[in-house]
Amino acid sequence: MYREHIHIMSKIKEELQKRILVLDGAMGTMLQQYNFSEEDFRGERFKDYPSPLKGNNDLLSITQPKAIAEIHAKYFEAGADIVETNTFSGTTIAMADYDMEDLVYELNYESAKIAKEVADEFTKEQPEKPRFVAGSIGPTNRTASLSPDVNRPEYRAITFNELRVAYKQQVEALIDGGVDMLLVETIFDTLNAKAALFAIEEVKEERHIDIPIMVSGTITDASGRTLSGQTVEAFLTSVSHIPLLSVGFNCALGAQQLQPYLQRLSDETEFFTSAHPNAGLPNAFGEYDETPEQMQGYIEAYLKDNLINIIGGCCGTSPEHIKAIAEVAQKYKPRKIVIPA
Amino acid sequence: MTQNKKYLTLSGLEPLVVTPESNFINVGERTNVTGSRKFLRLIKEEKYDEALEVARDQVEGGAQILDVNMDEGMLDGVYAMTTFLNLIASEPDISRIPLMIDSSKWEIIEAGLQVAQGKCVVNSISLKEGEAQFKHHAKLIKRYGAAVVVMAFDEDGQADNYERRIEICKRSYHILVNELKFPAQDIIFDPNIFPVATGMDEHRRNALDFFEATKWIRENLPHANVSGGVSNVSFSFRGNNVVREAMHSAFLYHAIKNGMNLGIVNPTMLEVYDEIDKDLLERVEDVLFDRRDDATERLLDFAESVKGQKKEQEDKVQEWRSDPLQDRITHALVKGIDAFILEDVEEARLAAAKPIEVIEGHLMIGMNVVGDLFGSGKMFLPQVVKSARVMKKAVAYLQPFIEEAKKAPKSPKGTSYWKTADPLLYGLMKEHAKTMRNQPTEAEALLWDVLRNKQLDNYKFRRQHIVGSYIADFICLKKGLIVEIDGLIHQLPENKATDEERTKWLNEQGYRVIRFTNDEVLSNLDDVLEKLKETLKVSPLGTEGARYAGKILMATVKGDVHDIGKNIVSVVLGCNNYEIIDLGVMVPPEKIIETAIKENVDIIGLSGLITPSLDEMVYVSKSLEKQNVKIPLIIGGATTSRAHSAVKIAPHYNNTVVHINDASRAVTVVGDLLKEDSKIYKNQIREEYDAFREQFLKRTKKKEYLTIADARKNKFKINWKTSEIVKPKELGIQIIKDFDITKLEDFIDWSPFFRSWDLHGKYPAILTDNIVGEQATELFADAQVLLKRIFDEKLLKAKAIFGLFEANTVNDDDIEINIEECHRKRSHEVSNSASQKEGLDCPQPSKFKFLTLRQQSKKSEGKPNLALADFIAPKATNKQDYIGCFCVSTGFGTAALAAQFEAEHDDYNSIMIKALADRLAEAFAEFLHKEVRTKHWGYAKNEDLTNADLIKENYKGIRPAPGYPACPDHLEKTTIWDILKVEENIGVKLTESLAMWPAASVSGYYFGNPEAKYFGLGKIKEDQIEDYSKRRGISHEEATKWLSPNIAD
Repeated sequence: MYREHIHIMSKIKEELQKRILVLDGAMGTMLQQYNFSEEDFRGERFKDYPSPLKGNNDLLSITQPKAIAEIHAKYFEAGADIVETNTFSGTTIAMADYDMEDLVYELNYESAKIAKEVADEFTKEQPEKPRFVAGSIGPTNRTASLSPDVNRPEYRAITFNELRVAYKQQVEALIDGGVDMLLVETIFDTLNAKAALFAIEEVKEERHIDIPIMVSGTITDASGRTLSGQTVEAFLTSVSHIPLLSVGFNCALGAQQLQPYLQRLSDETEFFTSAHPNAGLPNAFGEYDETPEQMQGYIEAYLKDNLINIIGGCCGTSPEHIKAIAEVAQKYKPRKIVIPA
Repeated sequence: MTQNKKYLTLSGLEPLVVTPESNFINVGERTNVTGSRKFLRLIKEEKYDEALEVARDQVEGGAQILDVNMDEGMLDGVYAMTTFLNLIASEPDISRIPLMIDSSKWEIIEAGLQVAQGKCVVNSISLKEGEAQFKHHAKLIKRYGAAVVVMAFDEDGQADNYERRIEICKRSYHILVNELKFPAQDIIFDPNIFPVATGMDEHRRNALDFFEATKWIRENLPHANVSGGVSNVSFSFRGNNVVREAMHSAFLYHAIKNGMNLGIVNPTMLEVYDEIDKDLLERVEDVLFDRRDDATERLLDFAESVKGQKKEQEDKVQEWRSDPLQDRITHALVKGIDAFILEDVEEARLAAAKPIEVIEGHLMIGMNVVGDLFGSGKMFLPQVVKSARVMKKAVAYLQPFIEEAKKAPKSPKGTSYWKTADPLLYGLMKEHAKTMRNQPTEAEALLWDVLRNKQLDNYKFRRQHIVGSYIADFICLKKGLIVEIDGLIHQLPENKATDEERTKWLNEQGYRVIRFTNDEVLSNLDDVLEKLKETLKVSPLGTEGARYAGKILMATVKGDVHDIGKNIVSVVLGCNNYEIIDLGVMVPPEKIIETAIKENVDIIGLSGLITPSLDEMVYVSKSLEKQNVKIPLIIGGATTSRAHSAVKIAPHYNNTVVHINDASRAVTVVGDLLKEDSKIYKNQIREEYDAFREQFLKRTKKKEYLTIADARKNKFKINWKTSEIVKPKELGIQIIKDFDITKLEDFIDWSPFFRSWDLHGKYPAILTDNIVGEQATELFADAQVLLKRIFDEKLLKAKAIFGLFEANTVNDDDIEINIEECHRKRSHEVSNSASQKEGLDCPQPSKFKFLTLRQQSKKSEGKPNLALADFIAPKATNKQDYIGCFCVSTGFGTAALAAQFEAEHDDYNSIMIKALADRLAEAFAEFLHKEVRTKHWGYAKNEDLTNADLIKENYKGIRPAPGYPACPDHLEKTTIWDILKVEENIGVKLTESLAMWPAASVSGYYFGNPEAKYFGLGKIKEDQIEDYSKRRGISHEEATKWLSPNIAD
């Protein structure tokens, strides 16, 4: 395990020196096309499960593993170098909504395994373009530095320690399932992310391994701050104590709105940078309707300004979007990191 | 790009990058309970809203980092830190700057790190506890994503010269950067700023060494930062702000030039460098750079001359002497100067119509000023106590004149006060009065029926009582109230005139007259009685007690002997015109109730320090309720709390119960309780306490507990195979009598001394504190004077007894002591012992057991449920282990001295002697523990700890005391007393609540295992009480009574 990850670390870094790596697009958008019913979500195994399960996308890695593998394959075909595991909600905290805390290890393990198998097939066919799997670690549905109750500002619905324990379990399962790297993403509360990073460091130490870590925050609106109130630079400062492969932003904003923040991030960090914006801002029906071409145009602006090392898509993006992004990414050189003296 | 990465970068909601251009980063330090009395109070009272305002003021005032410290013994530091930082997180205008999480306790630091999303600074870590702990903490700090302040401190102590600073910083840096890969720019060294110009040769290079060390660090330890607390440097010039401010700015100027880039500086104590008087600057810099042999003298000379202000003050001394009389008296009271008070009071007396007017007028006017200043926080407790001393002297001087004046007109014979009649007329009138008593009018008879035998609120009335040349219908002598029942005849004009003349005369004699018509009494008796009651409540005219705003009973409850706090409250209230009836210490409830009723007091104050006193207070309140007493209760003392008062006392008592946490609050509370319309206040208190109780009971965290059996399974496991057990060199009991008390001076921990005077802060920093520094310095000087007297005149006697015994743990929680073995050996050794200490026979050979209690709250994984018994090898290991126990006292002589001071009307020194005796007792315990560690037991022969280390309990082994957190069970004292025969041998007694007498005593055990540590028992459950009562051989009820403060609800 140890040697393997060292190998992947140097392999990814090598690739990142050469070119801009492409991350996949949305899992949720693709799953909508399958129109899975409650029964489909349940499959044979959970047909008598007491709570409703429709909407528990992570569960599909167990009940509809073929669909998940198909989606991964579509993104690899579209030109992605890295796909994310179907584990955005794979913590005991998020799974509590479905009373499925006990399944957390299995969900993450299976999701990692599916993605890794698909990636390995592609790498085998095309060894000059190795494909990677990033274990997706979502923010959970609770915030450690905000109170959900305006009348009790000192109250917290979750503590650092509860988060750390939950994240640790997810991280161990993802690593056991074979992911190449970890992606702590859609960070709207930096304290949650710090708990995830703390857990990852614990696992690294206990297992004597190193594993690449990507961190991706979310700027919620035009204030240019995270939900928990930090500016780009404050966010960066708060997560840079851990050696990261990359730091970046995803979700909430479209590619165009995200650019100024990426610029500030790129100015300040010595880590590689990443972005996986939404397909524009949601319309009145909550749908994302930026076309692949539009998104390609906005992203080309990033590339011209030399802001990016890893690029992909979030909500509303499809293999078509990723294809357009991959095409344009090929034309540009990756952002150079100046290693400080 | 990435230009920041080797600069210290911190964040709140916004980033802070410390670049060479940022000059100097100022850390806001008022949100620190050890440095700010106000902040401590706000946190203790859970006034977090106001505490947030303190933080906001700091940010608005330009602080770039906010230091938060919750290190205070009485606080739940983890809870306070978590709550306060969570609240800060919801205030974007505060949380925009980074936090400095400041604590000497790791669990508090960790709690802070777990609630801060930004990149914080941890303040601080050092090599003091060795490399292992240093590395462990540094690793976690890195993982939490924080920067760190590293103190120049290692296993050998604090760095105090250039070489040591370099050595420690270099070593720390190497470990952090090379071994732990800690980012170098996240290291902030604090190379210790120490005072200069102290007159000691070894301090001459203090500033220079700091500058040079700072320069060295910045040049040789790449990217590391340097910080420090600047005000320390001018420590020896406290009181002289001109010099201090110059020293601060000059120091800061050069420190920054040498590379210091962060620090704590009070902006109000800083002169602009360029505006420092050139001559002064030269002399300051001579000192800072140690440029001349006479640098210190030259600065002192200058300081004397700048003391122009001081000189002016001396001129002012003369000046105020020529002020008008009232101003002089007020000045003397406010400043606590008693040198001229008697001549001023004499002058006032000669000018006054009656001597009492001097008290009611001149002195009370002055004391009101004192009260106002104190109430508004402009005077501090020691000053007020000094004011009281002046007041008492003045009153004592006037007393004989007042007595004389009272006697003269009323009773030339000087007989008892009820003989109020004109002696010439007395014989005649007596007959007349007798007749009238036997022939009362219908109204008089009716009223007498309800007044006789103290039926009306316990006031004693007499009827047809002769006053001068008049006969009063009814009179309450104590309250100076005459009740007249007028028949129709009084309506006639000429009679009216006579009545008025008579009333006037009676008023002049100090009586009040209240009149009712026959009709009123006959038709509406209830109204009449109500009116009478109201009038009785008001203080009588011109008689004794007229000058008091209220009468307050003060008592330390049964079984408790601690009275420093109670005495301070008494003095403060006394200053504010209340009459104090002080029943002293160990007052049984019956006596409190009896006195309260007899003296008709307005408020009862209960005080106590040890935990059993809490129960005693509950008992007193229940007894008061049973007797239907309706007097407000005020509660105070170290272990009391608002929570206890609200949850345990208030529900048992129908009248008002108020907890008072410090003396300064006493005046306001008592004032509110006694003001005319106190109902509103009382209702408000009641509501507040009801709400608080509800909230408290709700808030009581739903803690999880283990059964005692499971807790025992999770005991602290020492590896007895490898653990080193050192056999004491001298087993058995030793007594130290007539100990040379001067040896204790260096062992005194002064911080609690200041606390007992309501001055909060750590010694010696408190002496230079912005708010209380001046007062603290003055108090400290007064303490030194008395301490010197104690030493020189041998005012106090110190005695001690201790014993070291074979011991093993049995049945998990009991420690079995083998006295037999020691008995045999000791009696053998004694014969050839030539030591000054007395060897003596051990108690009759028998087995004693110390019973320990075990933590039951559910612990996080890997953390044990501790009991003291875990530190002694279990019998089953077949390893012989050892334990010690002791009692020390420095209290012999305290009571007599205090009484002597009181007789001299010197409450200040009376409180001072007790506070000092307490400190000496603690110092003695510390001293003896060291002797035991290094000699008698000898397990730490090579120990070399400074006094500061001792106070911080850095030594190996522990000396927990029954009644304190590790062993809240006071009953253990009885075992210690039995084993050591403490009372017979050195005369320290136990009260029924198991407080020690004299109060300045300390007793406890000695544990020598290197893994033994202090802990708090916390709450325990019923099953352990049940088990304990069987082990102790007492009833369940009795066990519950003794342990109730620790029983989980």
